[in-house]
Amino acid sequence: MDLTELYETARSLWVVWLMVLFLGIVFWAFRPKNKKRFEDDAQIPFKDENGG
Amino acid sequence: MNHAILEKNVILLAVCILITVAIGGLVQLIPLYTMEQTIEEVEGVRPYSPLELAGRNIYVREGCYLCHSQMIRPFRDEAERYGHYSLAAESMYDHPFQWGSKRTGPDLARVGGKYSDDWHVAHMINPRSVVPESIMPGYPFMAETELDFGSAAEHLRTLRIVGVPYTDEQIAEAANDLAAQANPDEGDVDALLQRYPKAVVGNFDGDASRVTELDAIIAYLQMLGTLVDFNEYQPEADFR
Amino acid sequence: MSAALAATSGANVSIQYNEAFVRKFVIATIFWGVVGMLVGVVIAFQLAFPVLNLDLPWTTFGRLRPVHTSAVIFAFGGNALFATSLYVVQRTCRTTLFGGEAMGNFLFWGFQLFIVLAASGYVLGITQSKEYAEPEWYVDLWLTIVWVAYLICFAGTLMKRKEPHIYVANWFFLAFIITVAMLHLVNNAAVPVSFFGTKSYIVWAGVQDAMTQWWYGHNAVGFFLTAGFLGMMYYFVPKQADRPVYSYRLSIVHFWTLIFLYIWAGPHHLHYTALPDWAQTLGMTFSIILWMPSWGGMINGIMTLSGAWDKLRTDPILRFMVASVAFYGMSTFEGPMMSIKAVNSLSHYTDWTIGHVHSGALGWVAFITFGCMYNLVPALWKRERLYSLRLVTYHFWISTIGIVLYITAMWISGIMQGLMWRAYDSLGFLQYSFIETVEAMHPYYVIRAFGGVLFLVGALIMVYNVWKTIKGDLRTEESFEQPAHVPAGAAE
Repeated sequence: MDLTELYETARSLWVVWLMVLFLGIVFWAFRPKNKKRFEDDAQIPFKDENGG
Repeated sequence: MNHAILEKNVILLAVCILITVAIGGLVQLIPLYTMEQTIEEVEGVRPYSPLELAGRNIYVREGCYLCHSQMIRPFRDEAERYGHYSLAAESMYDHPFQWGSKRTGPDLARVGGKYSDDWHVAHMINPRSVVPESIMPGYPFMAETELDFGSAAEHLRTLRIVGVPYTDEQIAEAANDLAAQANPDEGDVDALLQRYPKAVVGNFDGDASRVTELDAIIAYLQMLGTLVDFNEYQPEADFR
Repeated sequence: MSAALAATSGANVSIQYNEAFVRKFVIATIFWGVVGMLVGVVIAFQLAFPVLNLDLPWTTFGRLRPVHTSAVIFAFGGNALFATSLYVVQRTCRTTLFGGEAMGNFLFWGFQLFIVLAASGYVLGITQSKEYAEPEWYVDLWLTIVWVAYLICFAGTLMKRKEPHIYVANWFFLAFIITVAMLHLVNNAAVPVSFFGTKSYIVWAGVQDAMTQWWYGHNAVGFFLTAGFLGMMYYFVPKQADRPVYSYRLSIVHFWTLIFLYIWAGPHHLHYTALPDWAQTLGMTFSIILWMPSWGGMINGIMTLSGAWDKLRTDPILRFMVASVAFYGMSTFEGPMMSIKAVNSLSHYTDWTIGHVHSGALGWVAFITFGCMYNLVPALWKRERLYSLRLVTYHFWISTIGIVLYITAMWISGIMQGLMWRAYDSLGFLQYSFIETVEAMHPYYVIRAFGGVLFLVGALIMVYNVWKTIKGDLRTEESFEQPAHVPAGAAE
């Protein structure tokens, strides 16, 4: 039974940790400061000089 | 945290991916091996006898699980159609599990004893001879193919490596047990039943002169779901 | 579209990408696609007319069904993934393949050997009978070697890139390669009975094996058939539409959420089984949440066309791609719905599941692959364009009708059978015997098989079109509406 409780706690901790991680990624991805560089990154498929 | 570092460093990206995808598996898989309440304790479940195992291997070989499940769900209609819902313990010696995911044909978890050997013989050779609307393939070649299970002891030994509690005696007597179950008039059936309680013995395909694949598969089908006595089963020990 | 022209362009020194082996993967993709679909049609007819099983050991449904699934998933899908990932990684990194043409050839022949070993085993009855993981231990070992080489090759190419940023398509490809390696190794852990024999026993048993299997099985869908193909989407849809992806920022969020959530969803294949309840609930919860990143990806793919919707009318290749993303959206809505336990109690064990799988497999996986192949063939063989865009349109419509027939037939038969199993008459007895429900399936099995035939016919049209393109023929045909004045910029 201890093991069960341990897993229950561990599981909810994962959820909290991942929520933080998720919000971090969202914040970083949608930060206005980063807008320009992502627009550049999105152009990568068109940069290969052989065309195609 | 700077994502820019991540996306410029391949190794780091790979490690982060691995961690991200590993979490779900760790949380779901490991407890099933470590927690005692995954598999309830039930009287009667035992490893397969050599003949049953040979039959099971044929079942695996033919991909029967693609159309037949071996997992009865706890619903009223399934209980009436197939019997008591399946317990985790009932497949604890199944390598691999054959629960299936599709019922093109009916569930087989408790098919043991429902039909006679003769019915199975006719049905396996030509399903439409006994069930005209059936869409199951016929397996007439099984009746003509002699069972190739000379290495039964090797199979039992391999299964012991992966955790099935076969005893030294069971491994040593594997060939004899196989012969006795398929040809009870000439083998030591008492010893077989000692080692494998409730094993069904008989000339399954009606031909005592040789042991065919048909004998093996019917021996397997006839024991499915028969090991646990549900008159004595205590559902409160059930963990699902 | 304009490979031949663009190759001569410009101030940059042209990179000689490794392409000869990619051409082989493209041909293998199309070849195995036709084989896999053909076997699919055969087994569909077997379910409608059991006499077609021939009652021979090698031709029964039970042995041919894994040939079908492996051929379409691993041979058709796998070769498409090899072709596109190794093509895309070179171009988005602006560098040649790590290991060069020799590495590409090893991967190609190594993977074809895996396919042949696996399929010949099934027909001869050599199988683990774990769904989508049927190959026996010796085939699994060989695949492991090929896969490790694939990972080294892909990561090595990323490492020597000239482009500072790793383009998002490559993230998806990398996640697909890593995760499939992990799943393959754990799920196939087995002990062979003898070194010279083919038979092995899997180390997992019963409920643990079930959980391991569907952790693997669902993520074969999640990573092989989804993450990898999303990688294709993120390169080829922008490329074909000639506009950058709708939101690169969304793609980052999409990536991490998708790969994190997918891996949890496996237990929804085991609802109401002997798997402990906590695991079932966990699987259901994550499956439902998974709807969100899936639709994030769909929105990103479709909205890439925003402001250029007219291209759907004029470019049938793009239409294939966009329709595939739409099907992706549909099946990733249906999937979470079917993972709800109450719905699953009806749908599980029935043809509804088969229909769901095929709306994803035919609609999403095959359609995006067709689109990519139509894009790749002229580019790789340095042709001005495809032999015929009309034929692409015929392929598109015939296949679409095929899918619609297939999935509606399976919806009806699945839901009907689920309801018949649980039907009670007024006296409280089960209303139908099992065999009555089998009988009721017959017309739908026939319709489904014809849907499959149409899909196969579409694929054969593609074979003809690709063959003519490679030969260098151009069919004279009116282009779609705007003939001469395609703006030069659209072709870069």
